[in-house]
Amino acid sequence: MSAATQNPTSGQNAARIALELKDVSKSFGLVRANRDINLKIEKGTIHGIIGENGAGKSTLMNILYGLHRADAGQMYVNEAEVSIRSSADAISQGIGMVHQHFMLVNMFSVLENVMLGSEGGSLLKDGKKATLKTLQHLADNYGMTVDPYALISDLNVGMRQRVEIIKALKGGADILILDEPTGVLTPQETKQLFEILNVLREDGVTILLITHKLAEIMEITDNVSIMRAGQMVGHRHTADTNPQELAELMVGRKVLLSVDKGAAKPGEVLLKVNNLEIYHERGHKELDDVSFEVRGGEIFGIAGVSGNGQTPLMEILAGMRVPSAGSFEVLGATVSKGTPKGPKEMRNMGVGHIPEDRHVHGLILDFEARENMILGFQDADVAGADFLFDSASITQHCQEQMDHYDVRPANPFLHAHSFSGGNQQKIVIAREMYEKPRVLIVGQPTRGVDVGAIEFIHKQLIALRDAGCAIVLVSVELEEVMGLADRIMVMNDGQKVGIVDAKDADTNTLGLMMAGLTSGEAA
Amino acid sequence: MSATPPLPRWADLVLLPLINLAAALFVCGVIVWFIGENPFDALAVMFKGAFYLFPDSLGYTLYYTTNFIFTGLAVGIAFHAMMFNIGGEGQAYVAGLGAAAAGLVVAPYVPAIVAIPISVATAALFGAAWAFIPGYLQAKRDSHIVITTIMFNFLATALMVWLLAGPMIQPGQQSPQSSLIAASAFLPTMKDMLALVGIEIAASPLNLAFIIALLAMLVYYILVWKTRLGYEIRAVGKSQEAAKYAGINVPRVIIITLAISGAFAGLLATNEILGVNHRAVLNFTAGYGFTGIAVALMGRNHPIGIFLAALLFGALIQGGSELDFEFKTITREMVLLIQGMIILFSGALAYMFNPPLARFLARVLPGKGGNDD
Amino acid sequence: MIDFLYQLLLTFDATLRVATPLILCAMAGIFSERSGVVDISLEGKLLMGAFSAAAVTSVTGSPWIGLLAAIGASVFMSMLHGFACITHKGDQVVSGLAINILASGLTVVIGIALFHQGGQTPSLFGDQRFRKLELWFTDTFDAIPLFGTIYRELISGHSILTYAALLAVPLASLVLYRTRFGLRLRAVGEVPEAVDSAGISVSWLRYRALIVGGVLCGIAGAYLSISHGANFVREMSAGKGYIALAAVIFGNWRPVRALLACLLFGFLDAATPRLQGFEFPLIGEIPSQLMLAAPYIITVLLLAGFIGKPSPPAAIGQPYDK
Repeated sequence: MSAATQNPTSGQNAARIALELKDVSKSFGLVRANRDINLKIEKGTIHGIIGENGAGKSTLMNILYGLHRADAGQMYVNEAEVSIRSSADAISQGIGMVHQHFMLVNMFSVLENVMLGSEGGSLLKDGKKATLKTLQHLADNYGMTVDPYALISDLNVGMRQRVEIIKALKGGADILILDEPTGVLTPQETKQLFEILNVLREDGVTILLITHKLAEIMEITDNVSIMRAGQMVGHRHTADTNPQELAELMVGRKVLLSVDKGAAKPGEVLLKVNNLEIYHERGHKELDDVSFEVRGGEIFGIAGVSGNGQTPLMEILAGMRVPSAGSFEVLGATVSKGTPKGPKEMRNMGVGHIPEDRHVHGLILDFEARENMILGFQDADVAGADFLFDSASITQHCQEQMDHYDVRPANPFLHAHSFSGGNQQKIVIAREMYEKPRVLIVGQPTRGVDVGAIEFIHKQLIALRDAGCAIVLVSVELEEVMGLADRIMVMNDGQKVGIVDAKDADTNTLGLMMAGLTSGEAA
Repeated sequence: MSATPPLPRWADLVLLPLINLAAALFVCGVIVWFIGENPFDALAVMFKGAFYLFPDSLGYTLYYTTNFIFTGLAVGIAFHAMMFNIGGEGQAYVAGLGAAAAGLVVAPYVPAIVAIPISVATAALFGAAWAFIPGYLQAKRDSHIVITTIMFNFLATALMVWLLAGPMIQPGQQSPQSSLIAASAFLPTMKDMLALVGIEIAASPLNLAFIIALLAMLVYYILVWKTRLGYEIRAVGKSQEAAKYAGINVPRVIIITLAISGAFAGLLATNEILGVNHRAVLNFTAGYGFTGIAVALMGRNHPIGIFLAALLFGALIQGGSELDFEFKTITREMVLLIQGMIILFSGALAYMFNPPLARFLARVLPGKGGNDD
Repeated sequence: MIDFLYQLLLTFDATLRVATPLILCAMAGIFSERSGVVDISLEGKLLMGAFSAAAVTSVTGSPWIGLLAAIGASVFMSMLHGFACITHKGDQVVSGLAINILASGLTVVIGIALFHQGGQTPSLFGDQRFRKLELWFTDTFDAIPLFGTIYRELISGHSILTYAALLAVPLASLVLYRTRFGLRLRAVGEVPEAVDSAGISVSWLRYRALIVGGVLCGIAGAYLSISHGANFVREMSAGKGYIALAAVIFGNWRPVRALLACLLFGFLDAATPRLQGFEFPLIGEIPSQLMLAAPYIITVLLLAGFIGKPSPPAAIGQPYDK
């Protein structure tokens, strides 16, 4: 009844290929998320699928699990052609999925969550007993112990993921898909997860691991397929490849390790952060005693696995959240819990903010470009001198900025959602740089941006630095931080691990620091 | 090819609403036919009754239209902030109290030129106040605006019944209504106003409030699209997160928007109380507040659209009353049915016809797709 | 004192009568809202049910057929709601409102067309209504002091539909918390993605929740027009659907607590006429309007978090889009 009872070596006739895709394509409107995907996954292996954000990995997994339907192509499970139109189909084919965003009901107990979909009858009573047995079985065999009666809302992220895996395995799935499973895990939790995956593999479960982290691919997979811009660009035996090759395949060009820039000429301290702390609604510390200084004329990079406190830090510095404790001094003003300043005041003082997620914060997708060009500056003179807006001035301002930053199409009346990712980001950058900020908070400046625009954006940031601006740069792309920043702070679990000079930094040191293993101060 | 091509803008703004309206009327027509009458005859009677059957037909239609403009604007402005103000009914009701209070307390001592603006402003203010509370509770205490405004409709009714049957009842009278307000607060009728410039029209309840409604449309347009506040309202409506990022005080904008919405709804009392009844009475809101939702939905929250939808509903009400005289089995309640269907098709099912229409247009208009997505 | 107690007993008795449609509608509301569908259309379904029950009963003479018709009509409205906001992902509030207004219009239009009585249906007599049931042993228990009276006045002597309403509460609890359907229903109102990824159809679940709601509202409607009343009168639901919705919120979307809220609201309603002109010590007479408005005031205060913290289903109001 569970994966453990199935033994792939028991029959010589058993299929060797667990899962195969032939020429699978999927479009969303004009976006071709997956193009002619071919993929073969051997039984009883861990197969990695790696690619940058937006390469089409999640779409592919959703097709495999029946959440999206492919426009074209065939799918084979155990060498028999199948049609997977819903997650029910996928489940009946023995495919289980652990989603990046957990599909758990927080108000329910672990037991209720695991039962959902396999209750074993119209009354819950019998199903509960059976499910408890399954839970016990999985605990005994894989060490996946979890309290059946605990509420999900009381569990930490690692335990929640464990429940997700149990859910995927409970019905006897022999193909397990994990979508970016480590993005939210601590290093210890990641280690535990990998141990479980190894045991599962030994038991003959086929595992599909989707990730954008090279280290994980190297550590645990048998084979790896690389995706780029919606296509499969390569398949390798993990043993026959190396991170450099994979990275090149993922990015499609020589990895940009150094951005063309001169030496920094740091001036006076414009931003001084003192022991900042913030608590999450649910009580734990999202940011724990973080202090640093940033001078005018330097780029201060922040590296770390996403979700380790970078987002709250940026939001505090931009005035969007109020710290629970600590303070920061920016351009002569002190901001703390007792003396908060909102985004508007921060902007007026000369603090610009290019937010991490332009779709959530940086742009209003249903607004015209010209309206977005004044977002946050709606009170500025360029929008009109009095109570009324000056429509002509707003349009003209947008036109000028679009020309200057080469936004295409350069049409101020187009809605923001009509632009490509790179051009959307250019609109945000144009807006935030227009008032010549003296401090700029930048989050993921090139996420989902095409190569040409990346270089342009990097040049703009360096030009701003050379003009004397203090720039705080947060990016999950380690290469980007290493290439742009003059000094790098590494964060882990809401804390500052250490600060290193960019010229002394290498991936290895930073990686260890990101995992919270070394402080880097000695280096 | 499975993805739906985008609908051209003109089709989205004009064609789709018309198709939805036609679908609503079609279903009503089937019901009329089912109960044994000819739907086309019914439609003809309503059209005649609304516009030219009697000299005063159009006057009545525009008088009803006035009410719908106010409540449509009220719902529309709140929609711009993505707030569902379902409480226009209660806000207008309480505004009636304000209008009557001004007409009773202030108007006797001042001339019309002062009494009218004060009474109109008081009506708007009372409406705003009644919407302010749900707005505040939504913005600061996270109470769902829909539920709160529904509750406030019932509270308004309770309050008005209590006041009009108790403290405010006309002395020596049994029926629950206030005393007559001072004549200086009466809004002049359209007939009287036009007579001043030498134009003769038939007497009807149509009064100065219609002009106020047209002005309100203008104010609405400027407010939403030409002012900072309007920008902030729309930003909050489209993305509260982005609005926060832009330094907009989201709770404040929500509260202000609801208050403005309540003020628009409150202006309904100028038409009904200052223009026609001349005293506070029970149930003068007669469902106009709810219909405002249909008006705003059909009018796509744009003043021109709201005006056209208000005119449609005004014509339906006035034309519908003719049904009583012409038919045995269908009456003015038919209008409620039509209204329900319109809310269903233009609101809840607004995009049912979108994909087939888009596919159809993509086929008949080759080469026009893609440049307006 | 005895007189006071007897009055109190009669008030409780009236409370049950007033609360019957509230309880049924509240249970209906719990089913649809726990599945993630906002249900302000309780009012319209109640009205439609009341009309259909009275109209069909007056034609057929059988209240049972009338009851079935009420259920059918109410379920039909539910399905319309589902078609708009589940299948076409329309706004749930707008759809509910459309149904309420449609019900107002349809009942009168069809009523006039059928019966020519200005929207009313003909009066029903005798066995055409669900009348008070005298439970077993009522006469026997009369011999017991106090208990006999309570049994006769409060426990016995209600319409079968009132007993159905009271039975609906434990049934709703049972279904929600002890069955597969209930587990999935609660899950779909919290995290529809979880239900979908477990291979269960979100739409079909929500449709079924709405069907259950439709059945319950239909019974409530029948109670109004062919049990409590003897015919259909325009707008006879008179806001009861909204009060039931308030009770759902007040009961924090849980059956037993919603029942208590319905009883409280019913009691306020039943006590109002009895307190007319009654001077309370210190505060004097309470205006009857205030008593009638109390459910709304309480609900507003509750929603604002002044009394406890409401915890509505997490996914309520959002159409499911995968």
